[in-house]
Amino acid sequence: MTATHAEWIKLRTVPGTGWLLAAIVTATAALSAVADAAARCPAGGCQLDPVRTSLTGIYLGQAIVVVLAVTAVSGEYGTGLIHVTFTAMPSRVIVLAAKAAVVAGLVLAAGAVAVLGSVLAGRLILPGHGFTAQHGYLLSLGDGPVLRASIGSVLYLGLIALLSLGLAAAVRDTAAAIGIVLGLLYAAPIIAAVLGGSAASRHLQQLAPMTAGLAIQATTGLRSLPVSPWTGLGILAAWAAAAVMAGGLLLHHRDA
Amino acid sequence: MTAPAVLRAEWIKFRTVRGWVAGMLLATLVTVGIALLNHSTCGGTVTPGGPQVTGVGCAAPASGPGGQAVTDSYYLVRQPLPARGRITARITSLTAGSGPAGLQPWSKAGIIITAGTRPGAAYAAMMVTAGHGVRMQYDYTGDIAGRPGVVSAASPRWLRLDRSGDTVTGYQSADGIRWSLVGTVHLAGFPATAQAGLFAASPGSAQATSQSLGGGSGSGAMTLATARFDHVALRGAQPGGAWAGSAVGGPAPGTGFHQASGIFTVAGAGDIAPYVGDAGGGAGFPVERTLLGAAAGLIAVIVVAAMFMTAEYRRGLIRVTLAATPRRGQVLAAKAVVIASAAFVAGLAGAIAAVAAEEPLLRARGNFILPVSAFTEARAVGGTALLLAVAAVLTLALGTLLRSSAAAVTAVIATLFLPYLLALTALPAGAADWLLRLTPAAAFAIQQTSPAYPQVSAAYTPGNGYFPLAPGAGFGVLCGYTAVAVLLAVVRLRKRDA
Repeated sequence: MTATHAEWIKLRTVPGTGWLLAAIVTATAALSAVADAAARCPAGGCQLDPVRTSLTGIYLGQAIVVVLAVTAVSGEYGTGLIHVTFTAMPSRVIVLAAKAAVVAGLVLAAGAVAVLGSVLAGRLILPGHGFTAQHGYLLSLGDGPVLRASIGSVLYLGLIALLSLGLAAAVRDTAAAIGIVLGLLYAAPIIAAVLGGSAASRHLQQLAPMTAGLAIQATTGLRSLPVSPWTGLGILAAWAAAAVMAGGLLLHHRDA
Repeated sequence: MTAPAVLRAEWIKFRTVRGWVAGMLLATLVTVGIALLNHSTCGGTVTPGGPQVTGVGCAAPASGPGGQAVTDSYYLVRQPLPARGRITARITSLTAGSGPAGLQPWSKAGIIITAGTRPGAAYAAMMVTAGHGVRMQYDYTGDIAGRPGVVSAASPRWLRLDRSGDTVTGYQSADGIRWSLVGTVHLAGFPATAQAGLFAASPGSAQATSQSLGGGSGSGAMTLATARFDHVALRGAQPGGAWAGSAVGGPAPGTGFHQASGIFTVAGAGDIAPYVGDAGGGAGFPVERTLLGAAAGLIAVIVVAAMFMTAEYRRGLIRVTLAATPRRGQVLAAKAVVIASAAFVAGLAGAIAAVAAEEPLLRARGNFILPVSAFTEARAVGGTALLLAVAAVLTLALGTLLRSSAAAVTAVIATLFLPYLLALTALPAGAADWLLRLTPAAAFAIQQTSPAYPQVSAAYTPGNGYFPLAPGAGFGVLCGYTAVAVLLAVVRLRKRDA
């Protein structure tokens, strides 16, 4: 409890935290609104998944989540504060767990606001572009798949935070950790595209953290997805767990 | 320190940090490695044990007068025409043939003077189109607009082509009396005896639905266009010559011509136009498809460039650096030169290796790669290296400005890499185009080798290799952002305590 409280105070009093949380919300909602504004549903039938479109901002919001989570760990290495932290709290695994709890909690809260903003933007913008209730497109949180996509997107951001935290504990350098996490997330779709429509491309999309995790946003064409929504989020959770465990093990066995 | 000494100092700093050199090397390896993952085979992708996706056929398209790939299949009713001559005709209707798919906007019929019936022959033609009015088109890529509007019996179009050697002039008229010039074109190496006549063509109804990478495939239903001509006059040809029908580019069902009491009915399918590969629902793709990996390599470059600056602040080395070189602008300039050169070399090595290794492999697997000039290919490869170099400078400047590697790395990845990725995969086409105009990601246009042709309906999306800005303009957007960032960084570095 003390550890969590200490981490909470640290994160709360770092000047960047508030800005980053605000940025998660605005960046996510803004990009979602841009995607909504460009989406069109012709009379012949919508090819776009309106829920996925209105949650496009997660692509950008997650980058800021990565910054928040990575700097929560690597920032201490940068300033040498980590020595003080580990002197005060010799159990390093507890320190990491406390950081994970605080960062994940903040990200889940900001993510919930961001997703609510995105869904709201979609509700306001999309009906004007042909995604109407008559066509069967009503963006309502009371709708099962919409609720799954929304809650799933919040959880997705939380898992991205844990993945970043674990990797940052392992890598310790801010720029390298951010580069590795964002590369891990963003490079997969490019590689999948190069692989074309092959089985290898499908396997990659099933296994890569972003493509698998974002399957949770799909509400149409579920049969043709490489991976089903909850399984996909589970695969991201496995990535996050592996990263946190690797980070914890390295923290435990390595000099600070 | 003197300028060369500053440069040397920064070079030594870069060279002696193993992680940074490894990062640049990683950028090269990622670029090549991802290119080598492309196992496309002609018309689809095959993986060992995986299902074979059959595609749209593997025959390489015809080669046009300029060496470019062309679509050349239409129905021609012709007579030989010597070096001086004229063909005139009135067209009274352009309608769809039987079949589910109707006329396409670029369904066309009119008069043509062509070097021959071999696909890819040089030509000039005056035509009526279903959706784009009267046009004069020549040598596949040339397209001059004439009078707009739809042709009908009540509103016919008179068309005329005058040939004098290798110069062909096109005219249009509403009544056959008052003629207006549409265009004059020179057809290099036009033969003494050409073929002149009437033609009809109608491109397939391929509507590419997916905008994601390489997803330009579509169902290409054949369409037919049928045109009625009268007042057909050929001057300069042998008097009393008979009209002969030819299905250029191979016969197609339903095409042909009918001649009775001066009225010609010509039915044709296909198109006379540049070939655009998988963007148009055909086989083949542009060479820069092998350079996709550079986008992933970019991330490594960005990380190294950020560290190159922010490491100085973190370790306090910046105070030593600035004590040794009090002219702070010079320090930043030296750092920029070093990191840009390193990124350029890494990018160039990766891009050259990716194209050199993967292009022959793709060809060996039967793929058709759209032919471009050596200069254009060099621009795409060199442009990729330049993109990495400028991105490195942008990151360096942002690192100086923000003094935070986290902020610099994320800002550049989010504005340079992410919009490109979103345009390729997730965003609706309209938003993708705007992102690729406004963000630094516009620079990826420098990789585009094949121009988008307005006279060919195709999926001109970023995923298929078509960008909203021209290559130079797109790259200029990145350079503009970088220039502003560098300027602000210099001001900040001078004004603020280190």
